[in-house]
Amino acid sequence: MQRADYVIRKGFFALVTLVVVIVFNFFLFRILPGDPLRALIQNARMDKEAQARIRAQFGLDKAIWLDVEALKQGDIKGALDTQFTAYVSNLLRGNLGVSFSLRQPVSEILAERVWRTVVLLSIGQLMAIGLGIVLGLIAAWRRGSKLDTGILLTGLFTWSIPTFFFGIILVILARGHLPVGMMVTPGLKPEDGWTYWADVGRHLILPTITLGVGYLSSYMMIMRSSVVEVLSEDYILTAKAKGMSTLQIMRDHALKNAMLPMITVIGLTLGYTVGGAIQVETVFSWPGIGRLIYDAVGKQDFPVLQGAFLLIAISVIIANFAADLLYSVLDPRVKPG
Amino acid sequence: MSIKEIWRAFRRRPAAMAGLFMLAFVIFVAAFAPWLAPYDPYESVDVTAADILAPPDGEHWLGRDDAGKDVLSLLIYGARISLLVGFTASFMSIIIGATVGLTAGFYGGRVDNALMRLTDFLMVIPTLPLMLVIISVWGRGIERIILVIGLLYWTYTARLVRSQVLSIRERKFVVRSRAIGASNYRIISRHILPQVLPLIIAQGVLDISTAIIAESSLAFLGLGDPTAISWGMMLNFAFERAISRMAWWVLLPPGIAIVWVSLSLVLIGTAIEDIVNPRLRRHHLFDARQMMSLFVGLRPEKEREEESGPGIPADLDAGEVSG
Repeated sequence: MQRADYVIRKGFFALVTLVVVIVFNFFLFRILPGDPLRALIQNARMDKEAQARIRAQFGLDKAIWLDVEALKQGDIKGALDTQFTAYVSNLLRGNLGVSFSLRQPVSEILAERVWRTVVLLSIGQLMAIGLGIVLGLIAAWRRGSKLDTGILLTGLFTWSIPTFFFGIILVILARGHLPVGMMVTPGLKPEDGWTYWADVGRHLILPTITLGVGYLSSYMMIMRSSVVEVLSEDYILTAKAKGMSTLQIMRDHALKNAMLPMITVIGLTLGYTVGGAIQVETVFSWPGIGRLIYDAVGKQDFPVLQGAFLLIAISVIIANFAADLLYSVLDPRVKPG
Repeated sequence: MSIKEIWRAFRRRPAAMAGLFMLAFVIFVAAFAPWLAPYDPYESVDVTAADILAPPDGEHWLGRDDAGKDVLSLLIYGARISLLVGFTASFMSIIIGATVGLTAGFYGGRVDNALMRLTDFLMVIPTLPLMLVIISVWGRGIERIILVIGLLYWTYTARLVRSQVLSIRERKFVVRSRAIGASNYRIISRHILPQVLPLIIAQGVLDISTAIIAESSLAFLGLGDPTAISWGMMLNFAFERAISRMAWWVLLPPGIAIVWVSLSLVLIGTAIEDIVNPRLRRHHLFDARQMMSLFVGLRPEKEREEESGPGIPADLDAGEVSG
């Protein structure tokens, strides 16, 4: 397959996915029984007219996606003046509405918090991938041994334990030794940037361990299976006969061959890992997008929920596409050109 | 492979049998909850300040929670919710997944393409955030949670079934029965389904544990059904109110119960999978949680050739020139 074809196909899929998510996000909040403004205006002490005024303020008095009445009168512009077009044009301008509970534009809230989640997620992912590669290599190399069984059972166990419960156990164990919540110690007056970041680093330890250990099993298993598969190939025997050491074989053949599946798995499990980050942020009060979602769920803050979901979904789709691009560069079966 | 043969192989595996006993225990507890539980957790209790988060004693073996309710009774009744969600959601997801996989694999062409793009789409979307958004807007309720989990977790089953069907449909007995004029329905129901059924069942067992964990995550994040207290919800209450007092008797039991059930199902599911399809074994961990073993490296030879063109070895090193 030509690389250009492959990239175009994958890019097209990513684009379609993106559009579907955006449209879905719109309809979800309007079609499901349950009014997006319910939490704000459902109040017996507010009269009907005031409620209608607030509806109009949010544009909820307009037709949902096509004003049929206006269309019948031949007014195309009026027919398209709907909630859906307003939503899309707002979205394109980065306007995600105003949070019910925080009275602040959602895009500002997200911008302030997103890097915290990115930091947590990337360190956690790196840890999970690193541990996964090492454990997977060892398990495959010592396949069938007690060590292999032990590693496999550890994988099964970390896979069976809900992320949030693993976090809670760490909180119970580490309380008093390590910070178990927030991003910085409350009341800390850092004299310089160094003390500030050192404090943040200490707060990062437990959340990243939760993510790193909780999500290593998929990487470990993909590593183990690719290496086992490679090690049974004839060319490994040839390499041995040539006098290559185990370490060289592992590095030049096993690791290299496992890289492609690894990249695919990283891309495809990202959506799942993000779910883990929400739980971890909730347990450790890490002030990122995940904790924001948890608080928004409790307060029925729909604009925040909608914005956070869009941000997550779009990032995951883009990350997936990036993984596909990387794959096309690394996979010799996709021919350049 | 007949059920009898599978059972014979299953019985010889200590880990699988351990899983079966662990699961049987939970089913027993759930079935006889009203007789086993010392108190009724849905009955209102008269509580004094000292009863709130009271530590375990002779009367309340696992202490009391933040509302003064008996933790042991809540735990026993919670088994019902977890099993209900797990079994029904998994049943839904394997029915959808098997139907999609059979249709896509058997008919191929455009049908296959459309169904697989739909599957890919659902695989890319982050599931937990999506469920959170849907349940927050729609409102909490155990039947809604089951429906959402069932509708979102079928993608792996679909991929798995499809890849099996692709190889089975080219086998001689299928080709022959087609030659003598068997209908598509007959070929699918008499020849293909029986071949993939054991694998679907294994996947279904793994899906139960995925569904239970998904429900507990939702409940922990505050979206459980308030009229059906599940283990995840107990953890939500405990996390909100008991963690600052380090009331381990409220925090640990529900979590351990979730791990217990999910581990038992994983042990059973992976064992069945290993028995019916040893080739898949090393990949079992990816299954229930949508891991993509089917995308990576393990695709059936036929599909690989479609993508890379025939004659190109799939195991070239990066940098080597093919063809």
